[in-house]
Amino acid sequence: MLLLLGIFISLSLGRYSNDPIKVLNVILSRLGMNVPVDPTMDSIVFNVRLPRVLASVMIGAMLSLSGAVYQSVFRNPLVSPDLLGVSSGAAVGASAAILLGAGLATRQLFAFAGGILAVFITSLVPRLLRNRSNMMLVLSGIIVGGFLSSVLAIMKFVAEEQTQLASIVYWQLGSLASILGHELLAIFPVFLVCSTLLLLLSWRINILSFGDLEARTLGVNLRQVRTIVIICASLLTASAVSVSGTIGWVGLVIPHLGRLVGSSDNTRSMPLTLLIGAIFMLLIDTLARTITSVEIPLSILTGFVGAPLYALLLYKQRTRLE
Amino acid sequence: MDTLLQVKDLGFSYDGGRQIFKDINFEVLPGEIVCLLGPNGIGKTTLLNCLARLREPLQGNVLLNGADMADMPPRSVARVIGYVPQTLLPSFDYTVLEYVVTGNAPWLNTFEKPGPKHYQRAEAALEQMEISHLAQKPYTRISTGELQQVSIARAIAQQARLILMDEPTAHLDYGNQLKVLRLIKDLSAKGYAVVLTTHNPDQVLLLDSKTAVIDHHSIFHFGPWEEILTEELLSDMYGVPLRLIKVEGINRMVSVAPGL
Repeated sequence: MLLLLGIFISLSLGRYSNDPIKVLNVILSRLGMNVPVDPTMDSIVFNVRLPRVLASVMIGAMLSLSGAVYQSVFRNPLVSPDLLGVSSGAAVGASAAILLGAGLATRQLFAFAGGILAVFITSLVPRLLRNRSNMMLVLSGIIVGGFLSSVLAIMKFVAEEQTQLASIVYWQLGSLASILGHELLAIFPVFLVCSTLLLLLSWRINILSFGDLEARTLGVNLRQVRTIVIICASLLTASAVSVSGTIGWVGLVIPHLGRLVGSSDNTRSMPLTLLIGAIFMLLIDTLARTITSVEIPLSILTGFVGAPLYALLLYKQRTRLE
Repeated sequence: MDTLLQVKDLGFSYDGGRQIFKDINFEVLPGEIVCLLGPNGIGKTTLLNCLARLREPLQGNVLLNGADMADMPPRSVARVIGYVPQTLLPSFDYTVLEYVVTGNAPWLNTFEKPGPKHYQRAEAALEQMEISHLAQKPYTRISTGELQQVSIARAIAQQARLILMDEPTAHLDYGNQLKVLRLIKDLSAKGYAVVLTTHNPDQVLLLDSKTAVIDHHSIFHFGPWEEILTEELLSDMYGVPLRLIKVEGINRMVSVAPGL
């Protein structure tokens, strides 16, 4: 309900006109009712604002859910969904596309491929070292992430300052300003399939969060479940990041909020996290496009809102932490 | 009575290195308690982990109800064997009930979530451990003794018939140590088989159980404690003089050091 209300309010806000009645009329007429319609408003709501609103909802949900999953699987509430190098991989991919002078579509494809490739390399290291523990995976993520940030630094170093470097930096701050309908269609199936799988596995994710030993003594096929879960969460993050650029804090903070409002039991907290993430991102993106006449990059806002929120959550949970 | 667990010629080494133990043979019947004794680092926990299939043995087999465990899916093993680790390291503050209900995992499909029936089973397990009052408490905020009971409750919810415990008294104060031993005795009376590791030979005498000993020459001994435990074996194993004495008044044997 809150989400639907949020979507409507967000649809009503923008540079052209902020009249919610007009927006309501436009929506009602599309639903087949006979009401007076402002054709410009119709075009703005459905071609400009709606894709963007849906994108923010979806991306917020994706980042939050994968954050919640990563935190459980890696048994660490301080983990964000780019632990295994998704974000740095995507950044390298996107930057490569920018340096090659490719268009937006190629940039997104490169970002997605870069993110998935990074996670794949991260998952390869424990296999090569014949130590499949979680700790090895985390350390491997640090290695891959660290290496990729150097690669990214080289790319920034050789980038042409006025245009390419600016694009890279802007991409890294995250934005939904140029989102298009077909991009939504591209990530929607990923969102649908991966989120459903993760929600179905939410109780098993509880068991994964007890650690390898306990999970195995409960007869869980650890490698299978963990692989599915990590792949789904990484696909969610990579898809989100490929259209929006990197967005900080959401995947870290929202799962805490979900657990606080619901409970630690993932069967209850994961759906909540998904919903809260959607609302949070909707709010942030609406602020990003309405506060000033210039678009504010999303990571700036998520940082300003997310960091104090995180501090507040830690304050509320302080007795639970040791 | 049918053998629940049969260990045949079991041997283990880490990554083909030094042999940790070998030629281990013993059986566990339903309702039996077996205490695993041995000096530090001799491989008690490793042996226990081989029984739980947490580690692959180098040689030999472990048979569960007559079937080779190595050929069984993890789920089938977990339906018979419950494992109570030495310490739980909670990461998120699940309630005790949310934690115990995960004992149902081997009885559910991968995508299935526990229903009312499974929560009832968890509640029954809490009742059996007499800790129903803890059900809604976060398991991060109960005492170590209570945590041990919660862990055993989960093995009961798991409907395990054999419960493996790695040093169940290791982190408990003296009173709670004795309470846990009492619990183990009760479990055995209810038909659960229990295999546990311990550092304290006197616990074997208290439990009046069978004992499995890996001495410091890595030789394996198994049988009722009266047949296995001698002052020579104990003194040799721990490298300090130890006595087995019958104490009048409580009418039982105790294992004690004669002095320092």
